Amino acid sequence: MSESLVRVEKVSKSYTRGKEKIEVLRELSMNVPKGDFLALMGPSGSGKTTLLNLLGGLDHPTTGSITIGGERIDSLSERDLARWRAGHVGFVFQFYNLLPVLSAQRNVELPLLLTKLSSRARAEHAATALEIVGLRDRAKHKPNELSGGQQQRVAIARALVSDPMLLVCDEPTGDLDRATADEILHLLQLLNREHGKTVIMVTHDPKAAEFAQHVVHLDKGVLVESLT
Amino acid sequence: MKYLGLLWAGLFRRRTRTVLTLASIAIAFLLFALLRSIIDGFLGGVQLVGADRLIVSPRYSIVDPLPLSYQQRIQSAPGVVDATMANWFGGRYQDPRNFFPKHPVDPRAYFNMYSELIISPEQLEAFANTRSGTVVPRSLAERFGWKIGDRIPIEADIWPKPGGDRLWEFDVVGIYDGPPDEAPPDTMLINFAYFDEAREFSKGTVGWFIVRVADPNAAGDVARSIDALFANSANETRTSTEAEFQAAFLKQVGDIGLIMSGILGAVFFTILLLTGNTMAQAFRERIPEVAVLKTLGFSNFSVLGLMLGEAILLSLVAALIGMGIAVLIAPGIAKAIGNILPNFSIAPQTLLGGVGLAVLLGIVTGIFPALQGMRLTIVEALRRN
Repeated sequence: MSESLVRVEKVSKSYTRGKEKIEVLRELSMNVPKGDFLALMGPSGSGKTTLLNLLGGLDHPTTGSITIGGERIDSLSERDLARWRAGHVGFVFQFYNLLPVLSAQRNVELPLLLTKLSSRARAEHAATALEIVGLRDRAKHKPNELSGGQQQRVAIARALVSDPMLLVCDEPTGDLDRATADEILHLLQLLNREHGKTVIMVTHDPKAAEFAQHVVHLDKGVLVESLT
Repeated sequence: MKYLGLLWAGLFRRRTRTVLTLASIAIAFLLFALLRSIIDGFLGGVQLVGADRLIVSPRYSIVDPLPLSYQQRIQSAPGVVDATMANWFGGRYQDPRNFFPKHPVDPRAYFNMYSELIISPEQLEAFANTRSGTVVPRSLAERFGWKIGDRIPIEADIWPKPGGDRLWEFDVVGIYDGPPDEAPPDTMLINFAYFDEAREFSKGTVGWFIVRVADPNAAGDVARSIDALFANSANETRTSTEAEFQAAFLKQVGDIGLIMSGILGAVFFTILLLTGNTMAQAFRERIPEVAVLKTLGFSNFSVLGLMLGEAILLSLVAALIGMGIAVLIAPGIAKAIGNILPNFSIAPQTLLGGVGLAVLLGIVTGIFPALQGMRLTIVEALRRN
């Protein structure tokens, strides 16, 4: 087994809705090796997205620890967590979440605004990322001028552009037809295999999960099955 | 600067709404620049006058005349070097829109008091010796094409002649100038002796006295001693500087500053509500975008700055458009109202004030959505998407 990039130890996450306390994750522990492509599966409400949010540093666990790349992220302040996200993790959402007023190029450049790169360097990095996802010729197009698959490619380029070690994908093909979904999954596979990115993907789709190296099943906040 | 493109693009997310909001704010700032300049124009006129002169006017209202006999007593007050008088004539020349002040004065004493006014000795002598004579400022002479020898008909609105005749005719006997570095004078001067003799009522009274003091630093004491002379009389006086007098005179029409400020206040209050509502609406639409920015690593304070920056950019751009239009049309307005407000112009400090106001407007309208954006949790916002 190769070195762990992600270590999750006895993580619980609960929310309070009115007077009711809802436990979404219960003392969950798992390791994700560096360079893995992991699919998180499970029924609705099983805690997949909550776990993904915790791994991406979007939320704090109620208890337990999360270590990514050797750094405990569960105890970071909001400010430090934002800085950590900017440098270490790329996000891909189901609905792409591109800024509609910006061109593909400018959307991809967004994370680089937080760096000290010059305007020219930002443009070059964004062009390279768009090249990787095969959309360099669509750089000037706005999201509404692109197909769903193309928008998701732009979103992947945006996730890649700051060269993160971890790609966190929440139902990245949930809004796409089968053929386009397969293209996106091939792209994620390529990024995993050829660019060494660790990919953690939440999906309902067993066909999408087939692209992963490992599949983990969650139910009611606990791991119920792990398949290789 | 690297965020400017992002801010600018964000502004035009809803192009029509942004253009309409921009137009509303631009109109508000157009009004701001013009009305502020009108207020400054009035005050500018006030500030040009000398500080070594005092005005003795009726204590309660400019329409209550003072007895001409007061002049001798004022002249004998300690600290007074000289005194003369003037009156408001009113009246119309051809058209009510041809407004300019007309003052009956004692010719020699008046030009002696206002020694900065320039008139040839021959013309001054002719003014003093011609009962129906008038001297006019060069600006009026050029505006109406008057020359020496012309007869100027004025239709009285306050001062009829005996029998109700309202037509007064004055012979132009001289043209005078003001100091070259000050706003040109605009007052037609009439011979008081003729006016007083020919008017139907209030003979032997004047509108106000002009007093030159020996020591401007002691002007306050001189003013108090003059007013003390007439305390508890039927015609009490109020002695003030020329600036105060002119301001008080304008207040007879209405507090120009207060009226203008009231209009501006109403305009900006409306704009505040309009822009605040627009920014709040824009924020609600962009909650998922804010969540994405935070996901990408933008801190809470970065989001606060971006949203506040967008509001400030919107009001700044609109303000620059509005004030730019004001600057472009100001020469035309100055020409149109030059007879009422010769000092009208848009001063750099008005524009700077406008920029400051625009930043303030942006902060006030943007702060609440920006704080909401700052406090927004990513998970909650993504869930709403």
